[in-house]
Amino acid sequence: MPARRRIGSRVSAQIALAPALLIALVMYCGTTGWTLWISLTSSRMLPNSVFVGTRQYDVLAVNDRWLASITNIATFGVLFMIAALAIGFLLAALIDQKIRAESLLRSVFLYPFSMSFIVTGLAWRWMLDPTLGIEKLLHDMGFASAHFDWIIRPERVIYTLVIAAVWHAAGLVMAIMLAGLRGVDREIWSAARIDGLPTWRVLVFIVIPMMRGSFATAFVLLATSVVRLYDLSVSMTNGGPGISSEVPAKFVMDFLFERGNLGLATAAATTMLVTIIAVVAPWYYWQTRQTRGAAA
Amino acid sequence: MIRKASLAACVATLCAMSAGAQAQNRAEVIHWWTSAGESAALKVYADAFNAAGGMWVDTAIAGGANARAAAINRTVGGDPPTAMQFNTGKQFDDLVENDLLSNVDATAKAENWPAVFPPAIVNAVTRQGHAYAVPVNIHGQNWFFFSTAALAKAGAEQPTNWTELFVALDKLKAAGLVPLAFSSQKTWERGLFSTVLAGAGGGDMFIRFWGKRDVALVKSPEFRHVVDTFRRLRPYTDAGATTRNWNDATAMVIQGKAGMQVMGDWAKGEFTAAGQMPGRDYGCAVLSDRGVGYVLGGDVIAFPKTKNADAAKAQLLLQKVLTDPATQVAFSIKKGSIPARLDADGSTLDLCGRKAQAWVRDPAAQVPATELLSPPAVTGAIEDLVSQFWNDANMTPEMFVSKVAAVFQQSF
Repeated sequence: MPARRRIGSRVSAQIALAPALLIALVMYCGTTGWTLWISLTSSRMLPNSVFVGTRQYDVLAVNDRWLASITNIATFGVLFMIAALAIGFLLAALIDQKIRAESLLRSVFLYPFSMSFIVTGLAWRWMLDPTLGIEKLLHDMGFASAHFDWIIRPERVIYTLVIAAVWHAAGLVMAIMLAGLRGVDREIWSAARIDGLPTWRVLVFIVIPMMRGSFATAFVLLATSVVRLYDLSVSMTNGGPGISSEVPAKFVMDFLFERGNLGLATAAATTMLVTIIAVVAPWYYWQTRQTRGAAA
Repeated sequence: MIRKASLAACVATLCAMSAGAQAQNRAEVIHWWTSAGESAALKVYADAFNAAGGMWVDTAIAGGANARAAAINRTVGGDPPTAMQFNTGKQFDDLVENDLLSNVDATAKAENWPAVFPPAIVNAVTRQGHAYAVPVNIHGQNWFFFSTAALAKAGAEQPTNWTELFVALDKLKAAGLVPLAFSSQKTWERGLFSTVLAGAGGGDMFIRFWGKRDVALVKSPEFRHVVDTFRRLRPYTDAGATTRNWNDATAMVIQGKAGMQVMGDWAKGEFTAAGQMPGRDYGCAVLSDRGVGYVLGGDVIAFPKTKNADAAKAQLLLQKVLTDPATQVAFSIKKGSIPARLDADGSTLDLCGRKAQAWVRDPAAQVPATELLSPPAVTGAIEDLVSQFWNDANMTPEMFVSKVAAVFQQSF
């Protein structure tokens, strides 16, 4: 009797999962396969089946805009992840000190995350615009030599995207970290205090290692927003000045629609996917081995 | 806001229909005319179509690329709209090659198009001897708009050629004004480059560059002069250009804060909305050192293939309405363009429009716009280079020239 019930529940679970599985297979694997195929054809505005081998990839490899996009996303990714994690954790650690108006501050810090990247980008674009925003404010206040024109300088503009994105995401990281901090047993703090350890040492050497789960969650969330970075670049700089703040997702979108070049756009999308798999696969392998090791 | 307005317009159109309107003349039109001036202009066509016994169903989608993508997706997916907007040029090439557009030969023949439209426009809608789209207007893309007040303040004359232009720019700069109001976005950077190409280089060079992708031309000293002139303009723009939209740049000219702007004639809509008159508050000119070189593009309406006989009938009726000379004039006055038909009476157009119409009637004074000559992939690649060159002072003219030559040698 118990055995049959188990089989029955397994079947019904599988039936319940079937639509999701079907969607995953058809939508993700199907469209991925189709994208891969189109990237091997000479497709322009409409898909065709003229096989050209890796020609689109050859064109992509020497495309200045694509190369700039890759450099930018690497710079952005590293700086954004480090800054967002650090600032988010710092905010959480400070709020965790049982301060007054904690819930108000929590909302204030989390608030930027409720805004879309389009709004974030537009607001920061105006603030960083040297003729409208911070620089003008400083000039009007009498600091005539003040300079903050990164957004119009090709070699600096990518850092302005980092600033806006960190402002947007730090609150979310804070919320995750705060949950992690609250999950740490209070006894540990008491024990450390009895031992006379300073707070920062407890945080760095005892608490942070215990919060691996929170860091992993925040890391994954931030990483996905790096990969799909698109709307911030569009609304804040539209890839400019020149091509100095272009990013891969924007390259794909622009070539897909405006440029009417499906072949090159899908080649870029495939390259993005392969890169992500190359990063995620070893990590996933390591994770499953760890889990298996723990189970055994 | 825009979408709401167009939705309201759409509902209003539906309500305005008499109960007896014939359902077989229902025409759904996908377009991107969503700004205030544009939708007012579009209403001219919608009203004319409804008055002719049709039923106009408006599908406005903000942004040209978005609207085209939506229309093309629906056409490929088997649920085509009755009609869709394109810019005059090569945007619908792939649709013709894949046999997704119905030709408009019947209308073209009945109205004798080669006699009533400029040759460049007729060529732009013709593929292998068949006409595939209806030209509704002509936009000039290389206008200079001058602020009369700013020029007076700087003690400068309105220039008539490129040498005088730099004299005026210097005077404006000395007077503490922004000499050239600019929106530093890729499209407008390419627009400014094309203006220099047609003006300082000449109409022939424009055609050899965009149409023939002539590598020898790119390596010539004449082209180098164009490249140098383009770069020379950079210091006359201000720091705010990078994050500015084109209409905000127009506003600087309207307010007299900037001396001039280079833009297509759609900018006139902004001047008109601010209550300014050409010849009094602002000047308009096409500057050229060789001939006139008026760069003309515009809008066309194309008609996807349909198996539905009623829809085909509606398409025919719509073609007739769209090409009517008087309706084209009424449309263009609101849009800032000029009618595509040469036989349209342009006496009600403004000063700039009348100038433009004279050039459009003279084949020697005009060149087809980039979209008519160059496929989007090539245009895009050049646009990226122009934008890099404009923004990156480390990129030398030699590097720019060799990169352009490389794009022209590449196969697309």
